[in-house]
Amino acid sequence: MQKTRDHKALWLVAPALLLVAFTAVIPLMTVVNYSVQDTFGNNQFFWVGAEWYREILRSDRFHAAFLRQIAFSATILAIEIPLGLAIALTMPKKGLGVSVCLVLMALPLLIPWNVVGTIWQIFARVDIGLLGHTLNGLGIDYNYTQRVGAAWATLIIMDVWHWTSLVVLLCYAGLAAIPPAYYQAARIDGASRWAVFRYIELPKMSRVLLIAVLLRFMDSFMIYTEPFVVTGGGPGNATTFLSVDLVKMAIGQFDLGPAAAMSVIYFLIVILVSWAFYTIMTRDDFESSGGAQ
Amino acid sequence: MSASTKKFHAKYFAPMLYIIFLMTPIYWLLTMSLKTNQEILSTFSLWPKTPTLANYIVIFTDASWYSGYINSMIYVSMNTVISVLAALPAAYAFSRHRFLGDKHIFFWLLTNKMAPPAVFALPFFQLYSSIGLFDTHIAVALAHTLFNIPLAIWILEGFMSGVPREIDETAYIDGYSFPKFFVKIFTPLIASGIGVAAFFCFMFSWVELLIARTLTSVAAKPIAAVMTRTVSASGLDWGVLAAAGILTILPGALVIWFVRHHIARGFALGRV
Repeated sequence: MQKTRDHKALWLVAPALLLVAFTAVIPLMTVVNYSVQDTFGNNQFFWVGAEWYREILRSDRFHAAFLRQIAFSATILAIEIPLGLAIALTMPKKGLGVSVCLVLMALPLLIPWNVVGTIWQIFARVDIGLLGHTLNGLGIDYNYTQRVGAAWATLIIMDVWHWTSLVVLLCYAGLAAIPPAYYQAARIDGASRWAVFRYIELPKMSRVLLIAVLLRFMDSFMIYTEPFVVTGGGPGNATTFLSVDLVKMAIGQFDLGPAAAMSVIYFLIVILVSWAFYTIMTRDDFESSGGAQ
Repeated sequence: MSASTKKFHAKYFAPMLYIIFLMTPIYWLLTMSLKTNQEILSTFSLWPKTPTLANYIVIFTDASWYSGYINSMIYVSMNTVISVLAALPAAYAFSRHRFLGDKHIFFWLLTNKMAPPAVFALPFFQLYSSIGLFDTHIAVALAHTLFNIPLAIWILEGFMSGVPREIDETAYIDGYSFPKFFVKIFTPLIASGIGVAAFFCFMFSWVELLIARTLTSVAAKPIAAVMTRTVSASGLDWGVLAAAGILTILPGALVIWFVRHHIARGFALGRV
């Protein structure tokens, strides 16, 4: 679609811009402000420059939280993307089955995040939980509040439970957009199931898969509520991811300077990934609109 | 006949197994909500021996519980209305015009959707305290526009770009002013898009806990915060907690059927 050049259109964006500026820019400025100052209370601040940034970037605590975060995000991506793709490929293609599948699969996505935590807490506890009780009954020493491995496994399975459906739905939308003629042509050529996947479905879904990877990376990168409810970051600091650590530092200990510096670093990483996301999305918008007109 | 049913079962084995995996924890929550706390702690059974609605009655009669639901509903509704109303003209501008800084603004909005709520928790607390809005519904509603306005703009822009430009032009030739055209002709055309955007604004505001909890203490405390505070107290009542959880799943479960074909679109910011 050909867009017209009209700078007055800025007025239409103004209400949204003002609201987001109020909710985003002012708090971000506060954060930047704290990140370069120190205080001894009484609202007396003095300039410390990049001191807090150096402290955070050199602190073992930040490194540990960052590594845990990367390990967590990488693990859930490695499970959710192939699993979601496989389920989307085997889903019914038409009829009532599609709607039933879509609705049931989407249900975990619409549950408040703290309730996801509560569900898994109740499900995995060794005394009252179906999972914990059964595993212990089978002779497996499972206790997510005391053992690091069990805590990690619980959080990862919980995340797979919570978010794999998003990958399924995205892949399914990508699959549904493939014209039936492609499959007919493949059948005439006598292509194998694998060849159909490799040369028709996978290339057609590459964009949707990229979006899925980026969305899952972003959301897992800022995960807070679920580990907060289930493990509280423990046992010890074993499941203290970046957001959990940041909230501990900012609101628990009220270390404004380091917390603010960490926020800025955190936010810069997010902007970097958002930029990749934006490039992929808008590039394809351009291609599809160019191709259709 | 038997061969075809056998094929059917084999084919849908993976999705069925996956759905069972999804439903089991929810089933467990449901059975817990129908048991008394004594039964939960004393015996282990796969279904409630003597099903009881006592836990739900506690929630509907205890003000500290049901006011949590009311508070959540109030700020979520306010947020949905504000986000969609602000996003409508903006999405129209992005879908129809090129203007100064449009691409930068579009990207900047996206970064806010992607921003970790943890980064904003403390500054939000200080901002809304300093302007006297701490512990009010409007504070949470405004704070959640941080991610919901970008979301609504991205979703609506996708729907609006599907409406041919000729409709706008014909309306202007027929003498419609922009506001009249927008309300009378354009809005009905993208009604389903508005519905999808509203649904996702509602949903993302409903599932968020960190910001809502940070900005409230008593008067506007959301149900999510009521639940976590019960968890941290000792001697907690698992049955009531489970019932509260089931009740927070209901709003999503009730309306999900109507947006089932747009779920992927909502989560992918209108770009699938």
